[in-house]
Amino acid sequence: MANATEEARPDLANDDIGEEARLALWRSQLEIRHVEQRAHDLFLQNLIKGTVHLSLGQEAVAAGFAVAMEEGDYTFCTYRGHAHTLARGASMSGVLGELMARECGLLNGKGGSMHLTSVEHGAMGSYAIIGAHLPIAMGAAWSAQYRGTKQVSVCFFGDGTTNIGAFHEALNMAQIWKLPVIFVCENNLYMEYTPIGDVTAVEHPAADRAPAYGLESIIVDGNDADAVYRVAQAAYAKARSGGGPSLIEAKTYRQCGHSRADPGAYRPDEEVQEWLARDPIPAYRRRLLDFGFAEAVIGGIESEVLAAVDEATETAKASPEPPPEILETEVYADGGAAWRN
Amino acid sequence: MAELTCREAVAAAIAQEMKRDPSVVFLGEDIGAAGGVFKTTVGLFEEFGPDRVRDTPISEQAIIGAAMGAAMTGLRPIAEIMFSDFFAVCWDLVANEIAKSRYMTNGQVSFPLVIRSANGGGARFGAQHSQSIENWAMMIPGLKVVAPSNPADIVGLLAASIRDPDPVIFFEQKSLYGTKGPVPDGEHVDALGTAKTVREGSDATIVALAAMVPRATQAADRLAEEGISCKVIDVRTLVPLDTRTILSAVSETGRLFTVEENPRLCGWGAEISSIVSEECFYDLDGPIIRITTPHIPLPSADNLEDLALPSVERIAETVRVNMG
Repeated sequence: MANATEEARPDLANDDIGEEARLALWRSQLEIRHVEQRAHDLFLQNLIKGTVHLSLGQEAVAAGFAVAMEEGDYTFCTYRGHAHTLARGASMSGVLGELMARECGLLNGKGGSMHLTSVEHGAMGSYAIIGAHLPIAMGAAWSAQYRGTKQVSVCFFGDGTTNIGAFHEALNMAQIWKLPVIFVCENNLYMEYTPIGDVTAVEHPAADRAPAYGLESIIVDGNDADAVYRVAQAAYAKARSGGGPSLIEAKTYRQCGHSRADPGAYRPDEEVQEWLARDPIPAYRRRLLDFGFAEAVIGGIESEVLAAVDEATETAKASPEPPPEILETEVYADGGAAWRN
Repeated sequence: MAELTCREAVAAAIAQEMKRDPSVVFLGEDIGAAGGVFKTTVGLFEEFGPDRVRDTPISEQAIIGAAMGAAMTGLRPIAEIMFSDFFAVCWDLVANEIAKSRYMTNGQVSFPLVIRSANGGGARFGAQHSQSIENWAMMIPGLKVVAPSNPADIVGLLAASIRDPDPVIFFEQKSLYGTKGPVPDGEHVDALGTAKTVREGSDATIVALAAMVPRATQAADRLAEEGISCKVIDVRTLVPLDTRTILSAVSETGRLFTVEENPRLCGWGAEISSIVSEECFYDLDGPIIRITTPHIPLPSADNLEDLALPSVERIAETVRVNMG
């Protein structure tokens, strides 16, 4: 079993990731962290209704895959999808605006937190029914293969998804057709409120299933953006060269409950403390310092991100509610909702 | 005009569209080398090859998901669900994902795809391979629903469905597969959302769909001998629904009968009945009568299945009694 946890190699001259990508990983993780924290705050202020599923603590998975991606690649994610949508470059005001049900939202208020999509950035949708988007991402990969592009389709999902039928159907079909798709299991140890180990026949919910589909078992430290980036690069290279799909299990931890309705009280305190000590954000800051990046550069990016989150928040707050006229639009491709003459 | 069976018409329509548009691809169980379990896809694998005509595992979620992912990234997939009953195992993809994603994203994504399926009873297959589920599809916003009754309409409406920018659920009534009819030569494309008057009449309107159309027509022929003149309308597409043709016919004839293969509750005839009641109530000379399969799972025995589905005799008798 390939275990891709990496030791930091503080030598920028011989660094396989490189300065630009390292700073991109830093920025991406920070953008996710601060937008998610802002979403949490806005929810408490009742400026976000419904629900939100935050990726606090899971930022390194989204950042690692997105930074290693190429333009034109496809991202498919779940209702816990703010991170992946932001990582592909969707605007913060579009994300926060959608969470706040404003006209400036990515979906103009029609979708909400669980359905963030930005096709222009390759973010092909957030799917809120567990398992559904694995076959869909596989289909986008089939399309890329048929059209002869080198696009790769990447599908992010939680550990709970590995126990639903669509997971197995998609893996089998992706492998028999050798499709350029990467299935990324973000194993945050809990399917909603229940420990994944209590409801799964194998120890590693994704990696232990990989051999059943002729795939390598790959586990990566999902709190280490560099490790994720390297595993992603290898999977992209395999997919682009016609080598077919990959299934990657990224071990991580959500620092909050499943959704805003859940305080996460079922988690042992020592477990929470252990994972907070492995918070990907301070860990990456330490690594950048080890590599000799100046504090001014590291902190400067953080200041920029915080300012951008503030600005996006204000933009979203200033944006009006969606216009009532859009209620009955875009059901069909003619832009309308007419089902009869 | 060529004489084709309904099953030949399916393959002819797919071939016609695959020839003109390389973005059309086709996937499903046993559709390739085997030519389809109903022999509706014979010759396509040989003509277009395995890249465009793809045999799949028994994985309905993967089939529909693949079609959806392909449709949103530039292809025009046709997916086959072997029996329409099997929609139940991939309904999430159909009802939650394909149907809703355009609306939820306010138009960011389009799904130009067709899901074809063998629908309906008459083959003694029992309750899990005989259902008429057109009303399941009809009640989901975002889907278009087509159910033709003859080979020419299969070619024309399937071609139109493949070219349509929206997801279309295309029901082929399996007991019609062996029936023959003329199909126009050359490229044939029809229009979705258009009902067709298949028999003129002045005393009553009978609206029917798919396999119920030839039965309604035969019933109308019998009634004509008794002096009751019935207009028969083939609805052809449930969504978009051609209400103008139906309302106009009811206004002319003053009576409406619907003939539905689906079980009684929430059948498509109920929606048409509601529209007619709201919009041309004062043109009606009597109650709207729905002739349906009872609200039961379909039995397999010949006599029981025949009793369940609306027959020529039951249609004629119902009209006769209510027009008396």
